[in-house]
Amino acid sequence: MTVLTSTDDREPAIWTDGLAKNYGNTVAVDDLHLEIAPGEVFGLLGPNGAGKTTTILMLLGLSEPSAGQARVVGLDPTRQALEVKRRVGYVPDNAGFYGGLTGQQNLEYTAQLNGLDPATRRDRIASLLDEVGLAERADEPVRTYSHGMRQRLGIADALLKDPEVLILDEPTLGLDPRGADQVLDLVNDLASQRSVAVLLASHLLGQVQVVCSRVGIFVDGRMVASGTVDELAAQHGGRLVVEVQTAQDDELEDQDLEERLRDLPGIVSVHREGELWLVGAQHDARQDIATRLQEAGLTVVHLRQRSEELGAIYRRYFAEEGSGDTVG
Amino acid sequence: MTPSDSTWTSAVGGRVVTWLRTANELGRRLARPLRGPAARIRERMLSRRATRRSGWRVVAEKEFADHITSIRFLVLLVVIGLACLAAVVSAASFLRESATEASDATSVFLLLFTQSPEQIPSFVALIGFLGPLLGIAFGFDAVNQERSDRTLPRLVSQPIHRDDIVNGKFVAGLAVIGLTLVALVALTAGVGIVRMGITPSAGDVARLLLYLVVALVYMGLWLAFALLCSVLLRRPATAALVAIAAWLVFTLFGTFLASLAADAFSGEGQIAQARTEYSLSLVSPSTLYENSSAALLNPEVRSVGLLLPQDLERAVPGPLSLDQSLLVVWPQVTALVAASVVMFTLGYVAFLRQEVRA
Repeated sequence: MTVLTSTDDREPAIWTDGLAKNYGNTVAVDDLHLEIAPGEVFGLLGPNGAGKTTTILMLLGLSEPSAGQARVVGLDPTRQALEVKRRVGYVPDNAGFYGGLTGQQNLEYTAQLNGLDPATRRDRIASLLDEVGLAERADEPVRTYSHGMRQRLGIADALLKDPEVLILDEPTLGLDPRGADQVLDLVNDLASQRSVAVLLASHLLGQVQVVCSRVGIFVDGRMVASGTVDELAAQHGGRLVVEVQTAQDDELEDQDLEERLRDLPGIVSVHREGELWLVGAQHDARQDIATRLQEAGLTVVHLRQRSEELGAIYRRYFAEEGSGDTVG
Repeated sequence: MTPSDSTWTSAVGGRVVTWLRTANELGRRLARPLRGPAARIRERMLSRRATRRSGWRVVAEKEFADHITSIRFLVLLVVIGLACLAAVVSAASFLRESATEASDATSVFLLLFTQSPEQIPSFVALIGFLGPLLGIAFGFDAVNQERSDRTLPRLVSQPIHRDDIVNGKFVAGLAVIGLTLVALVALTAGVGIVRMGITPSAGDVARLLLYLVVALVYMGLWLAFALLCSVLLRRPATAALVAIAAWLVFTLFGTFLASLAADAFSGEGQIAQARTEYSLSLVSPSTLYENSSAALLNPEVRSVGLLLPQDLERAVPGPLSLDQSLLVVWPQVTALVAASVVMFTLGYVAFLRQEVRA
């Protein structure tokens, strides 16, 4: 096992090259290039019907690509589907369970399908149910579960096989904010504690932003942009906004401060918004801003990069690429 | 099929399924809080195994446990059990009354299964009529229920082959049907033994076992057909309705339709017409089943189908040995097996070719 993981470290968890899927004349996924490193949380962001689920099904070997190739944990999903499915956990969108069976029994079935032995099954099911906060309801039929509980049970279900890659399709769809937060917290914990590569498909930007280290924007079967949130912002002529707040007792003319900041390289705009100074920059200028303010003898009490610019990019892509929806 | 479903089919089918489902739910609800025997059986069946099993066995065990603990199974078992009980009790009293004729028979014991006094059909006829229903009941929602419950994507993403799912479901259905059938035959035989005081000979048992195989294949054919419906039709209601419609056509109106068609197509002469009619009726699995079981359970039967006086000329009446009986209906038995295999293959291929999400 240790030998395996040490070699796998070099290998991307998910890699695709020109992956495409057509249904007749309709193109579901077109020329997809994707690379996700082990332990990375990647967000596949796109509107409904963009081809996210089709992509996922191809990665799991459940749907055959029309062109291109894919490697998941170094394996070809089309030829080695069984081995891929042994190592990849999948939470389908709106995952369903057998309503008459208890949560524990549902997981037991999955564990058996994965060929786990009884002792491992018992331990793993108990600890996972505990982890997703369902231990108390484990012996109740799933039909009494709320939507959020089912979604968390879905994550426990996917983790039973102790996967190297976890694929989540719209994990927060239809959940109230609290339920969504619980699911996202869970994903966050997973990524940090288990070093599982996570592919999270969603159409909700805010949630993808919270958990994903890298994001790909997926519209009409094509990946129109990918990278970290900052990279995306920079790539597309967007700018970053840094919030700065200095300590109240620092006496310095607003004018003076504004000028000092404007001097810095790559700064586009500086203006005040209540307590905060909003500094528009072409790159991550937090370091520069902090040093400059320190030189001026100011105490920085708040310095944070806003990433709301991604929203603008996302919307722009939707407006451009997704325009076909409204026309056709 | 789905968009063009007319409203009345959905309405009627919906009611049938709602009824079955409510019954099912009711059963589970009854079983759970009581921690009743059904729940215990389920626990025991599922927790015992230690070694790694192939995917279809895991699926089959889960499905089998579901079937056995469902109220659907209980209802069918009770209904068909009562019908068979009525059949055997009346057959036994009928045989007693006509003891003199019966004593000529080679095997009085087997007459219990094939004899029928006026109103009540014999055991064999009952299974011919109700058996398909049993097959349909354990197959019509096998795949489409998983689809509408959204459990299918989760199931296919487990490390099992795609066909493990459909194989496992078929095996589970067949196992439940087999169990029911054996129970019913045992019940009938037991009642017969007690009421009539006759015991089966080794030959009777052998014939009965062969009959069991034929009956199982016959019901398996209907199970496979229901499974095919559940793959092709999105809604369990529609699948149940289509399967039940086919059942009615083949078991109730089969002979009627065959004679109608023979009337229309065959040329001159009563014999020619009767021949056409018989050939046409062979399309129906019920005819194949009835012919096969008639010969297998009765050593006196030397021929099935159309029998003309000249066929009987110089024939020496006498019982046939088991292999000779089997030979008489070999074409029917093979046709039945072939039809089942073809039907299952259709469902299998349809399921494998289907997109996971559709």
